[in-house]
Amino acid sequence: MARPCAVVGIGQTKYKRRRDDLSLDGLVREAALRALDDAEVGFADIDAVVLGKAPDALEGVIMPELSLADALGAVGKPIHRVHTAGSVGASTAISAAVLVESGRYDTVLTVTYEKQSEGNATWALSGGKSGGQGAGGTFAPWIREYIRRSGAPEHIGWQVAVKDRQNALKNQYAHLQLADISIESVKESPMLWDPLHFLESCPSSDGAAAMVLSSQDLVSRSPNPPAWVLGHAKRTEFSSFPGRDTVKPQAGVDCAEALYKEVGITDPRRQIDTAELYVPFSWYEPMWLEGHLIAPDGEGWKMTDEGATALDGDFPVNCSGGVLSSNPIGASGMIRCLEAANQVRGTAGDYQVDGARVALGHAYGGAAQYFAMWIVSSELDPAFS
Amino acid sequence: MSGSAERHENDIAVVGFAQTDAHVRYDGPEVVLIMECVNALLADAGIERSDVDFTIAGSCDYLSGMPFAFVSNVDGMGAWPPVYESHVEMDGAWALFEAWLRLQTGDIDVAMVVGSGKSSPCNSREVFHLQADPYVVAPLGIDPDAMAGIAARSLIDSHKATETEIAEVVARSYASAASNPHAQIRTTATVEELLAAPYDMAPLRAHDVSPKADGAAALLIARRDRARELTDSPVWITGLDHRIESHHAGLRDLTDSASTRLAAAGSGVADGAVDVAELHVTHAHEEIILRSALNLADSTIVNPSGGPLAGDPVMATGVVRVIEVARRIAAGEASRGVAHASSGAALQQNLLCVMEGGA
Repeated sequence: MARPCAVVGIGQTKYKRRRDDLSLDGLVREAALRALDDAEVGFADIDAVVLGKAPDALEGVIMPELSLADALGAVGKPIHRVHTAGSVGASTAISAAVLVESGRYDTVLTVTYEKQSEGNATWALSGGKSGGQGAGGTFAPWIREYIRRSGAPEHIGWQVAVKDRQNALKNQYAHLQLADISIESVKESPMLWDPLHFLESCPSSDGAAAMVLSSQDLVSRSPNPPAWVLGHAKRTEFSSFPGRDTVKPQAGVDCAEALYKEVGITDPRRQIDTAELYVPFSWYEPMWLEGHLIAPDGEGWKMTDEGATALDGDFPVNCSGGVLSSNPIGASGMIRCLEAANQVRGTAGDYQVDGARVALGHAYGGAAQYFAMWIVSSELDPAFS
Repeated sequence: MSGSAERHENDIAVVGFAQTDAHVRYDGPEVVLIMECVNALLADAGIERSDVDFTIAGSCDYLSGMPFAFVSNVDGMGAWPPVYESHVEMDGAWALFEAWLRLQTGDIDVAMVVGSGKSSPCNSREVFHLQADPYVVAPLGIDPDAMAGIAARSLIDSHKATETEIAEVVARSYASAASNPHAQIRTTATVEELLAAPYDMAPLRAHDVSPKADGAAALLIARRDRARELTDSPVWITGLDHRIESHHAGLRDLTDSASTRLAAAGSGVADGAVDVAELHVTHAHEEIILRSALNLADSTIVNPSGGPLAGDPVMATGVVRVIEVARRIAAGEASRGVAHASSGAALQQNLLCVMEGGA
């Protein structure tokens, strides 16, 4: 079976609207060096590099692994480039884990980034056509359908928007630092795509995120606590067809089922201590709680409403501030994966969930059709009861 | 070659392959090119879509001029019910690299690898110019063909090749392509005729540059026990490695391929005789560089399909190299071979896949 693999180093840049102080090379290198420092290894210890980002058109550089190879210390090594739409950050983490699990590579550096200030995300997310609807325009009708099905009250979206931004105040890397955000200010912010207000939407960020993954034999070389990768899963389905369940896509259900089975989880809400879910628009918190079988159908919004997903709740979601607070698209999924690792390593600082032992990192992409998820733990073989 | 008893349960074999023609211009969507390959693969192997545990594809959004172009490609792979799938923004040969590793974790048995591209809607020189570092290289206007011209000049000036030898690569590739039903080039030319053609990017002439094509190619690979169930002639992947060099031409020896040498050591090219080599030669002089870096014997047959100089379905070209070697081994025409794929200007990144036959 697969050789165990652990996250032994994590690096993030400060996420910002515009990182004018750094080139693309400088941006990825800043995250990479921080991950290497955290793992207490150098580029010479790295056997392969796995790079991920969303469309090359966002910065206008094709196959950027070619021009970034020098900055990432990849010269003379394999460098591999993943692209699976919005899920790419988590897919990249999973591809890097596969390199280690295969037994062929002992220590892998994985890096994801986006420098969205170089381009126009809504143009790119509309398939390169002007006047496109962008991501919010795609998702809003499905969110309305969720509200219709579940009977959720409209304040749920506002609550998520406030909670994640308040969490972000505890995270030095988070882009948005909205100290005075309130239910009232979310509700009063301009309506973008009904029912999504401006403050219920993710920002457009520049930033990079990186991890060092090691095989079991080399974990002890890095003094900081490891986050063991207990399992990962990916599922993809068609973009669109009549009758497709866009609220609770089958690929999302299948992905969660495969992951929980692999890890041995039978009751995710109880057995997972915290989750970093890909929530670019507020309503996706309750939608993914249901879509990934953490809450029964129609009950996800109640978890949000009751405060279960708050930092001090019984199932804290997006303690780092989530995609709603920082969104360098190509990195956003990896940030979910590494923040899950931060929680089980006990390195989440002011947004640490007390005693977190098992955490879920998640991303989705395309027309809510690409899913990539992993579960990490402070223990290599935790018992689930 | 190695007998069956020596195979490990996590040894991976190519058990099926399919490729479209290298179309000068295919008028339908890329997804149909993929569908053709996928249908042919599954029919040939006698399995259902649901028997494939993992699918991974390689393509390039920029060829279609559309961010997220690869998203519609999953339709051609039949992503319903939902599938376990991934995508690299690289030639499909790198998708093979990830699939090969994924199967070695031992929990799944069958993977499908796809490479596809529709380059006819774009001007590939303008598009691939955008591979260059955007701050200091791209503003100079250097694209991969111009870089290839510089590399070819270096090769000639350092007396490692002559223009005649470069023309001989093209003449032999065209002659070989005559027996390849998928090739795009359907002419032959003598060395004298080729040398009489005008320069394009001196010392390269237009025929020294691969003709870009639309096309797709796909492979089915499987773990040992499943591979033996699926075919009587599995083609074992005994080594697969890829390496990159600096992006900055001034830091490289353009007359050699250091990354190919590293990948050759990593994949064990020298561990046995190489009967056949299919090389991702998009500029004729690169064959001379690669032969030297791979230390190929004179007896090794190079690019018997005609190679990319006779048809270059961009993003599938590397997969086609693997297929052309695997086909010859499966048919018993060769015992052991190496397939090569390349990315970036002047052979910046190189992948090698070493294969051999035997049950």
